Amino acid sequence: MQTYSYYPGCSLHGTAKEYDHSLKLVAHRLGIQLHELPGWNCCGATAAHSTDEILGLALPARNLVLAAERKRPVLAPCAMCFNRMKVTQHELQEPATRQAVQERLEGVDLEATGVRQVQVLSLLETFASDDMRATASKWVVKPLKGLKVVCYYGCLLVRPPEILQPDDLENPRSMDRLVEVMGAEVLDWPFKTECCGASLAIARADIVVALGRRLLNMARTVGADAIVTACPMCHSNLDTRQAQIKARYGEEFNMPIFYVTELMGLAFGYSPKQLKIHTHVTNATRILERLDAQHASVG
Amino acid sequence: MARIGVFVCNCGSNIAATVDVKQVAETIGQLPDVVFSTHYMFMCSEPGQKLIQDAVREHNLDRVVVAACSPTMHFKTFSGAVQRAGLNPYMLEMANIREQCSWVHPDKAIGTDKATDIVAMAVGKTRWAEPLFPREIGVTRRALVIGGGIAGIQAALDIANAGVPVVLVERSPSIGGRMAQLDKTFPTLDCSGCILTPRMTELVQHPNITLYSWSEVQAVRGFVGNFEVDILHKPRYVDATLCTGCGECLTRCPWKKYPSEFDEGMGTRAAIYRPFPQAVPNVPVIDEEHCIGLKSLREDPSRDKPKCGACQKFCPRGAIDFRQQPTVSTEQFGAIVLANGMSLFDPTIYGEYGYGRYPDVITSIQMERLMNAAGPTGGEIRRPSDGKHPRSVVFLACVGSRDERVGRPYCSKICCMYIAKHAIMLKEHDPHVQSYVFYMDVRAGGKGYEEFIRRAQEEYGTVYLRGRVSKVYPEGDHMVVMGEDTLLGMPVRVEADLVVLATGVQPQPDADALARILGISYDGYGFINEAHPKLNPVESNTAGILLAGTTIGPKDIPESVSQASAAAAKVLGLLSQSTLLGEAMTSWVNQTRCVGCFSCEAVCPYHAIERVTLRDGRLAAQVNEGLCKGCGLCASACPGKVITLRGFSDQALLEQMNVLLLEPTAAG
Repeated sequence: MQTYSYYPGCSLHGTAKEYDHSLKLVAHRLGIQLHELPGWNCCGATAAHSTDEILGLALPARNLVLAAERKRPVLAPCAMCFNRMKVTQHELQEPATRQAVQERLEGVDLEATGVRQVQVLSLLETFASDDMRATASKWVVKPLKGLKVVCYYGCLLVRPPEILQPDDLENPRSMDRLVEVMGAEVLDWPFKTECCGASLAIARADIVVALGRRLLNMARTVGADAIVTACPMCHSNLDTRQAQIKARYGEEFNMPIFYVTELMGLAFGYSPKQLKIHTHVTNATRILERLDAQHASVG
Repeated sequence: MARIGVFVCNCGSNIAATVDVKQVAETIGQLPDVVFSTHYMFMCSEPGQKLIQDAVREHNLDRVVVAACSPTMHFKTFSGAVQRAGLNPYMLEMANIREQCSWVHPDKAIGTDKATDIVAMAVGKTRWAEPLFPREIGVTRRALVIGGGIAGIQAALDIANAGVPVVLVERSPSIGGRMAQLDKTFPTLDCSGCILTPRMTELVQHPNITLYSWSEVQAVRGFVGNFEVDILHKPRYVDATLCTGCGECLTRCPWKKYPSEFDEGMGTRAAIYRPFPQAVPNVPVIDEEHCIGLKSLREDPSRDKPKCGACQKFCPRGAIDFRQQPTVSTEQFGAIVLANGMSLFDPTIYGEYGYGRYPDVITSIQMERLMNAAGPTGGEIRRPSDGKHPRSVVFLACVGSRDERVGRPYCSKICCMYIAKHAIMLKEHDPHVQSYVFYMDVRAGGKGYEEFIRRAQEEYGTVYLRGRVSKVYPEGDHMVVMGEDTLLGMPVRVEADLVVLATGVQPQPDADALARILGISYDGYGFINEAHPKLNPVESNTAGILLAGTTIGPKDIPESVSQASAAAAKVLGLLSQSTLLGEAMTSWVNQTRCVGCFSCEAVCPYHAIERVTLRDGRLAAQVNEGLCKGCGLCASACPGKVITLRGFSDQALLEQMNVLLLEPTAAG
């Protein structure tokens, strides 16, 4: 039994509820206990660090203090939250920066609380480790045979590489390996870490639409039925913009975008409904029904 | 009583501007035993030296102090003057009042006081000066060349043609090096093999040259004029005295699918192979790692026959010998030329370029093999994935050059030129080919080089895009190169059938290990350091070890060849002497008081301390004066104070300190 502090961030309580939901079901099945950090605050996301560098560090630093107090690793399933926490831990090495952040936090002694030592885990670090994949494979009751997917990591899980230490900056494979365990056919593709447009979704939606189209195009070219993500931002940009892409470019994708935890949940035997997959903007249940029908006719 | 003369140099205004040289000469002239003291504009000039010589004779001086620049600059000049005046050259003492005084002090009063102290100390020290006599060392008239690339070949031929015997050691199965892999050479587009192979043949047939291929230098002992070198001869498993090079074994070997090192993985070879058809010597080698027969014998030594043995069965001369063992020979040399060459940067670290992930991303040296008529495709340029002739080719410059991120901040110097060569040759092979080059700057310094780049652009229509590439990925049956054109300030996208990475030059992976065997220094990358980058460009900092080619740093063929000839000239100069003068300022051990702790041995960087058994059976230290460089570490380390560095006796150094600390001088 593993126990982690759980930092949902705004997304998993809002636009990415299905991520939160599927994550909790999957964690429960795998014997992982999650305790939501009481009193957590916003990670600052792009807004904070692009306007006030110290604020961008102070917000995650406060969350790290809460996590350090509980003396257990903290899971941040949102790639943005994870990224901000890791970057903050790195930046706090610098005494002058630490001092400035401490002043913003009304004098908390950050070194004494151990904020740099608390282990911050991404979703993939938690679920795609060798041990966890072995455990997960035992719970697969309904392998996703016939589902062709590409894994999309985005930027926030791999950059900056010297801080996040991904398995490979340009060709990460941890999610691929995990989804393979779920029985899906994982296709190699070159856009694993290409940009989705991220928070430009608000200021320059046209760019997000163009980049999303590029990603969806490549996924379709290599023969994928769906894209798998581990980032609410990537998910949102790909899932919610397909109608706009159609309106602007006349190209219709209807490509489902799954959270990796949703595919795990499906393979573990939960229904799409239980996993709230029906809440996606781009329909993702039809393909699952089709898959079921295929299996039934073969079986 | 000593009779000391002091000569203070103005060095124009270099010293005189911040040191009152007249006052220094006068003050020092008051010191006991100083019978003559003066200053002069340029002491190193002819009249300056004559002034010293005349004063020695006139005042019957027995010791001379020159207060001027650093002794590394002019000790030789002034000791020569002293010697011409009839004194032992080591009766000269230099006081450095330039680098260590005038150049670092803006204030004339302070500078003058300090200069006075420095000169007074030198006067103190010189009271203990003794005549020293360098030893004469015999010279072995035979040279070793390490590395059989074009630099090694050139050096060996130049030395041998002057009548001096040469041994060339090459660790691969054939000489020829990088140049043998190339198709054409820039900027003249000479066929590389056509100009190289006659030299290779000349070398192997030369009566003064012994070639040891498939051999490595294992250990080097001794010193200039007297090196002793252990050479490892790896087993070829082919008896070179029987083999005629007919090549029957190569066709008979059933295990043909191993990637060829010489073809950079673009082609395959058998488990018994020669790297290329014109290999010298033309004797194949069996690959220990992959030969089934060798493996079977190694796993079960009691077998009387190897498992496969096809080559042995079909060899018309019975030259295959699976029982060959490595041997080591020890040979004597007077001088060594190191020309062990370079390796190329491994671009897999640039994940964004996809080398190793996508078959149609290759390196420039692989491109050479594809272009070469003797290469794996017979000179037809076919891309690895599907064998198609590429129509659009993108070159990426500076892959592993000028990039601090990958630890290679330096320019590899040759890439701009070979990219242009490839672009030109591609068009010559197929006029429909369009080449693109992503570059940072085009660096084409050299005779006819800039013109060559122009030709690639203007006559051959190569498109040069100034900017770095962010990503290379496949799309359908072609590659897409995403990059930036910094002149347009726009991202660009180029579709390519083949992407070529111009990988940079780096040292051989084990260059540092070989440098340690030779006892020479190397830089942070592993390139060998020259004794002086401007004035001793082909000498290492160990006497008798010369350098040539890319072992020093990135360079092209003409530069490597020039260096090789320069190194050969240095070797010939050295070996034309029957004896050499050793270092006079060496250490010596008072063996009657040595307790044999060998602290000296542990600190000596030149391995000059020997262990000798005295007549009474005691073990004591002894200094090999041929190896000793006079650094003095042993003298400092000796706990019993029984080691003395000649010219730097304890008495002399104490006297120097006494002058500074006890006697009030001008400085007070």
